Amino acid sequence: MFTNRKTSFVMSSPYLAWALIFIIVPIGMVFYYGLTDTTGAFTFENIASIAQPEHSKALWLAIELALISTLICFLLAYPLALILARNKMSSDGILTTLIILPMWMNFLLRTLSWVTLLENRGVLNSILGALHLPQLYIINTPAAIVVGMVYDFLPFMILPLYNSLAKIDDAVINAAQDLGANKLQTLWHVILPLSLPGILSGVTMVFIPSLTTFAISTMMGGSKILLIGNVIEQEFTLTYNWHLGSGLSLVLMVFIVINMVVSMISDQGED
Amino acid sequence: MKKELIQLQHISKSFDGNMVLDDLNLTIHENSFVTLLGPSGCGKTTTLRIIGGFERPDEGKVIFDGQDITSLAPNKRQLNTVFQKYALFTHMDVAENIAFGLKIKNKPSNYIKDKIKYALKLVNLEGFEHRMPDSLSGGQQQRVAIARAIVNEPKVLLLDEPLGALDLKLRQDMQYELIRLKNELGITFIYVTHDQEEALTMSDHIVVMNQGYIQQEGSPEQIYNEPENAFVADFIGDSNILHATMVRDELVNILGTDFVCVDKGFGENNPVDVVIRPEDIELVPRGKGTLPGVVTNVIFKGVHYEMDVEAGGYEWLVHSTRLNEVGSEIDISVDPFNIQVMNKPESEDEKALSVEDA
Ligand SMILES: Nc1ncnc2c1ncn2[C@@H]1O[C@H](COP(=O)(O)OP(=O)(O)OP(=O)(O)O)[C@@H](O)[C@H]1O
Ligand SMILES: [Mg+2]
Repeated sequence: MFTNRKTSFVMSSPYLAWALIFIIVPIGMVFYYGLTDTTGAFTFENIASIAQPEHSKALWLAIELALISTLICFLLAYPLALILARNKMSSDGILTTLIILPMWMNFLLRTLSWVTLLENRGVLNSILGALHLPQLYIINTPAAIVVGMVYDFLPFMILPLYNSLAKIDDAVINAAQDLGANKLQTLWHVILPLSLPGILSGVTMVFIPSLTTFAISTMMGGSKILLIGNVIEQEFTLTYNWHLGSGLSLVLMVFIVINMVVSMISDQGED
Repeated sequence: MKKELIQLQHISKSFDGNMVLDDLNLTIHENSFVTLLGPSGCGKTTTLRIIGGFERPDEGKVIFDGQDITSLAPNKRQLNTVFQKYALFTHMDVAENIAFGLKIKNKPSNYIKDKIKYALKLVNLEGFEHRMPDSLSGGQQQRVAIARAIVNEPKVLLLDEPLGALDLKLRQDMQYELIRLKNELGITFIYVTHDQEEALTMSDHIVVMNQGYIQQEGSPEQIYNEPENAFVADFIGDSNILHATMVRDELVNILGTDFVCVDKGFGENNPVDVVIRPEDIELVPRGKGTLPGVVTNVIFKGVHYEMDVEAGGYEWLVHSTRLNEVGSEIDISVDPFNIQVMNKPESEDEKALSVEDA
């Protein structure tokens, strides 16, 4: 037993070291900077600054856009994942190509390509113009940011949904039909609740990066629309106020922790 | 004769070019306990799924109570299934599982409550209302699956190897419970198993299948005592199955020796199969029987001795309460009534041949 624990400690030490250096220490530094001022004295001011109108506005907009893109991702991904999982035609090959392939491309490039598509004189509007259809002026609006978030994070919704849906035994679905349920009733009473773990992890995996992103909002929003991620980024890279940036990061962390706790609780409630 | 409830007419089904059922015809009578019996992969589940509506036959019709239901969706059929793997809803407790079908049909909640109580009593699971399926043993899950099906008062209950995962004791208990349920509820049972003993114990009517063909159907006694071909004889219990030649009516040549039998109508000098049950062979002193042999092996089995007898170049299996020591030189004797003469089994090749002949 003792030797076992010793070997397992030795075996895991590289990972523990990795976790210490790249996870624990940075988080500790964020806490340190977030809770001190430039003189190193303890303060809550950095955190309290979330109450400033421009900060709270950026936070609420970020939450709003993250919720909208999570919802859109879910509505797009669920039917697709359901079809892929239930028809079994998706040898994993097709699924990989469909979902993983876009992820091979750097996500900044992918986002940038949407900028080119959606620009006022971009590809989309040239096509619409050629077809004598009304132009779509969407770039540099919150809607464009949502488009970017949905496109970039959709795979993170599809994969967990697919995994949990594929795990549902055909016999269980047959049993629901056998007991008189039509397709919609089967979906609502059986498939949806059984795929809840996948829904929760998909929601978490889309909501958190959407909430914290600054790259997508910078590119699709043309630097005019500030999300909380942009505010934090600017504190670090423009005004060099690491204390304020860290303080706001801590506020954001609270929202992430809330999201994770909620999804963990509802997951446990299921079993 | 009871009323005909379900008819399968000329059902064919293939998966990816593999013929699983070939021109299958089957009639199921009301209030009967019908068992589909056959080796793994012979098409039992597929037949059941076609009756349940989960599989559409390539050809043929399913008639239920006089109506063609071949393309009716499963949720519209008046029957319920107990699936091979139980298929309970793991996100619902026992009571919710049982209530599922009734809730879908918008039954009043008082009615549902009564039904849950009644069904749990029927399957001896009182007090299990709020247990989750994962926390139940295989036998208990099984009984929940049965309760979930019967509360809907189906005309027909389809059961796909429902006792497959249980140990012997629980299996026997459940066999009695199922028979009791059938008698109490008066519904028609279509039961699938590959266990011949289970089939003989429980059924009114047995359908023996192999490779998508019905080999024989009849009462348990008929299937056991008068197998129509070597496949059925072999599948239903230990047997001596021998190639033989029908010399003429009531005389069959087995291993070069003529035996008197009671079968007629197999022609003259035609190849046939003969089945003789091990308990139907008598070992008599040398000179008093039909075929001389030597006992080569003896095992004590409790109720009887199981002996191997070398005779005429064939190793005979003999069950007897009288012991003959290894090395005993004896004769084999068989009552003419206990020699079962059968046509050679129907096979793909033969089918093909008879088509060419026609
Ligand atoms: N959905 C399917 N797709 C392809 N082949 C199938 C499918 N369902 C059944 N088969 C094939 O059809 C044949 C009969 O299957 P079936 O499940 O009816 O057998 P069974 O008699 O129930 O066997 P077991 O006793 O093992 O349950 C098998 O060879 C099986 O591989
Ligand atoms: Mg089967």
